[in-house]
Amino acid sequence: MFQYIIRRLLIAIPVLLGVTVFNFFIINLAPGNPVDMYINPDTTQADIDAKKEALGLNDPIYIQYFRWLGNLLQGDFGFSYTTYEPVLDLVLNRVGPTLLLMSTALIIAYIIAIPIGILSATKQYSWIDYLTTTFSFLGVSIPNFFLGLGSIYVFALVLNILPTGGMFTLGSNGGFADTLFHLIMPAAILGTAIAGSTVRYVRSSMLEVLGQDYLRTARAKGLKEFIVTNKHGLKNALIPIITIIGMEIPILIGGAVVTEQIFQWPGLGQLTIQSISSRDYPTLMAINFIAALAVLFSNLITDILYAVVDPRIKYN
Amino acid sequence: MSIPNVKMDTDLPVNNVVIPVQEQLGNEESYLKLITKRFFKHKLAVGGLIIFSLMVLIAVFAPVIAPHNPYSVDGEFAAPPSAVNILGTDEVGRDLFSRLLYAARVSLSVGVGAVAIYVAIGTILGAIAGYFGKWVDMVIMRITDIFMSFPYLMVILVLVSIMGPSLFNVILVLGLLGWPSIARLVRGCVLTIKEMDYVKAGVALGYSTPKIVFQHILPNCIAPILVNATFGIASAIIMEASLSFLGMGVQPPTASWGNMLNEAQSITVLATQPWLWIPPGVMILLAVLSINFMGDGLRDAMDPKSLK
Amino acid sequence: MSIETLPIKDGIFKQQSQPLVEIQNLKKYYPIKKGILSKTVGHVKAVDGLNFSIYPGETISLVGESGCGKSTTGRAIVKLDPPTDGKVLFEGKDMATIQHKELRKIRTEMQIIFQDPYSSLNPRKRIGDLLAEPLIAHRLATKEEANKKVDQILEIVGLTKFHKSRYPHEFSGGQRQRVGIARALMLNPKLIVCDEPVSALDVSIQAQVLNLLKDLQKEFNLTYLFIAHGLGAVKYISDRIAVMYLGKIVEIGKTEEIFKNPKHPYTKVLLSAYPIPNPHLRNRERIVVEGDVPSPANPPKGCRFHTRCPMAQAICKEKEPLLNATDHSVACHFPLN
Repeated sequence: MFQYIIRRLLIAIPVLLGVTVFNFFIINLAPGNPVDMYINPDTTQADIDAKKEALGLNDPIYIQYFRWLGNLLQGDFGFSYTTYEPVLDLVLNRVGPTLLLMSTALIIAYIIAIPIGILSATKQYSWIDYLTTTFSFLGVSIPNFFLGLGSIYVFALVLNILPTGGMFTLGSNGGFADTLFHLIMPAAILGTAIAGSTVRYVRSSMLEVLGQDYLRTARAKGLKEFIVTNKHGLKNALIPIITIIGMEIPILIGGAVVTEQIFQWPGLGQLTIQSISSRDYPTLMAINFIAALAVLFSNLITDILYAVVDPRIKYN
Repeated sequence: MSIPNVKMDTDLPVNNVVIPVQEQLGNEESYLKLITKRFFKHKLAVGGLIIFSLMVLIAVFAPVIAPHNPYSVDGEFAAPPSAVNILGTDEVGRDLFSRLLYAARVSLSVGVGAVAIYVAIGTILGAIAGYFGKWVDMVIMRITDIFMSFPYLMVILVLVSIMGPSLFNVILVLGLLGWPSIARLVRGCVLTIKEMDYVKAGVALGYSTPKIVFQHILPNCIAPILVNATFGIASAIIMEASLSFLGMGVQPPTASWGNMLNEAQSITVLATQPWLWIPPGVMILLAVLSINFMGDGLRDAMDPKSLK
Repeated sequence: MSIETLPIKDGIFKQQSQPLVEIQNLKKYYPIKKGILSKTVGHVKAVDGLNFSIYPGETISLVGESGCGKSTTGRAIVKLDPPTDGKVLFEGKDMATIQHKELRKIRTEMQIIFQDPYSSLNPRKRIGDLLAEPLIAHRLATKEEANKKVDQILEIVGLTKFHKSRYPHEFSGGQRQRVGIARALMLNPKLIVCDEPVSALDVSIQAQVLNLLKDLQKEFNLTYLFIAHGLGAVKYISDRIAVMYLGKIVEIGKTEEIFKNPKHPYTKVLLSAYPIPNPHLRNRERIVVEGDVPSPANPPKGCRFHTRCPMAQAICKEKEPLLNATDHSVACHFPLN
């Protein structure tokens, strides 16, 4: 199994390189270049050309790529076209809120999905099953932003029990409770983005496990059904469910962009939208790269978790 | 499955005697008939099919059904529903109901267009990777991994913003980025089918490689491709709606359910003009839900475990 | 009527001088990969130096336990699995050096019938289309002509033309094998490799299909390479039998000779194992062989059978015996009688 992990890591390296190449390729597609930052009404064409030479923009493309890659590895993501501050700082400020949002959403999703999925599996073909199936379909089909808008309408405007957006109440110092208060809706909405499909996974995983013979033995031993399902069955059903977390992270990232925009949550998602409108390509590239890293990382962890948890792979 | 009126194998005399058999032409159970039968047993799937068909009709006959021109700005600004404008008007004065109907065209063309593109790309790449194996397979799979490493929405946003938002660009980008999952699927299927004796028989019979891949292997892979493609259409519709909602998709004056929801980002509009944003949202929901139900029905109908 | 009750084929067949297929030192190794970088650490030696010839019009059988390499040999001959080493000559031509176009032509002269009736027919194609396809693909007939031939062939294999519009899943195993046989006949091949064609069928059907194969051979002047793991099927249909063990031929000769006068200890083991229905004929010497089949990745030194041979001597562990060059050849240091 150790070999499997090493092999998996080795495969990840060319993929990582490919990601950087792809990213660099997109950067060069983007209009505008770093020199624009230095232009003021007095700048002459000669100055521009000199600056271009100094910044290395006339070098062949592969040299530019390696320079960019080198900068990247040192944490230098360039400077924002709009705020002129280092992109790295800009991004680091926003990582926290996004991580908070995503992890809370994930937790909410699983808290909803696991019991419902188990229930749906144990009572297969009953009205509960059909109800949960319909709900999970609804969850998957409803556009994230529509649900977000709708919940703001209901909970913030009509019922007035939750804030309409932002991470802190204006004018206050924030604090844990305040943040939580603002976190509930966005996290719940983002959570529903994956809860629907997670319910299906839990259900089918449980169904497969429930049909196994070793559970029949447990029942024959006289154990109560509740214990049979939850103690014996759940353990094995959880295995594929846990590994799915890795697959859901890319969806969460995408969902975070929309959710943060609607709820004005100051995270990377909102920064993405802002950068797009202001055509701030360095920032955009940096976020894109970080997101890709996150996905790669989560895929890696998923594959390794699978290997750890599935004894068949251990003995190859 | 036994064939009525034909004696079972054990009774066949060794020498060539014609066995009296009723001509049963037309009764053969073709794969297509089997799938269709099973699909129609699925109530939700049939419901989805009906609703989706309605959507298609709306999209096709929008010019006939719509009371107003979706581009003309003759109404009042942001008016509530009235006899003239059934769903009211938007902030510029265009009739919302007509826009709602025309927007169906956008969603469906994105859904079908993008999926058609990426199914074509993904199937070919997956088939090549699966059939030829070795380093061809490795290269294609690494490229697939690279594409799958990027969070879908983010890359699309970036690309569309660089290329300039438009309906065509949205379809193009969605099509060019959606193929990895199909490629993986097709590759897996080809790997399995490749080992079947009837494919080896084709090689032994001297069939050319393209013939074997396209006429023998791929037709047996249609089931998962079709299911994936159906869900893909639903997913593409949501993608386009999200992009347009963020202002990065279909641009006004062209109507898209997504960009009709864009105005609701303002709290005022959200609070005071529910007729503006609720109908488009519901339409998206209905379209996507119906397609998802259809996909689910298709998947169950084609499930090999219950086939034969 | 079961296979075991069928009589031994009368050895009337005469060997002509020019072999249809010549197999020279055929080897097929599969690499074993281990480690992080998937390095090749060894080979599974499925076929390890096979030499024999197939003469026109005869039926020669390859018999042996599972894993002895007989199926691999069959597939190597029809070039489904190209050999690692050695030569396969078809009508004197080296199969390895043949160019693409000529290869396609030669493929029409050698066909293969598969073991598993459930995976040998494309589930999406109707039987009629399946059978007409070879002729149309090679542009040997128009659609109407192909259709007519399909009707004829179907009758010959014991089905009817009304079966043309049906799909494989509507047929039983035995019927599917008939379709497989029909398909192999469509291109008028000279050689047909029958890869355990009756092993997957019910016992009562096996005899019928064997009879069909025999009749077809006479009618179409076919040459068969018949692969089987038991001696029951082959005795009825073969002119010659080659016994394989761990990738090598240990004995080869006329059917009657093999049955009445086996020379290799392993052949005797096989003979003693196959079921005889007549209880009175059952008092034969039962040779019980000890031990498991050695792994083809690591065959024993010297004679490969020495680890299980009841008569193994010192020399058997050192030196590998070769097939002696007679009509009834055997590879053993101490052949029986």
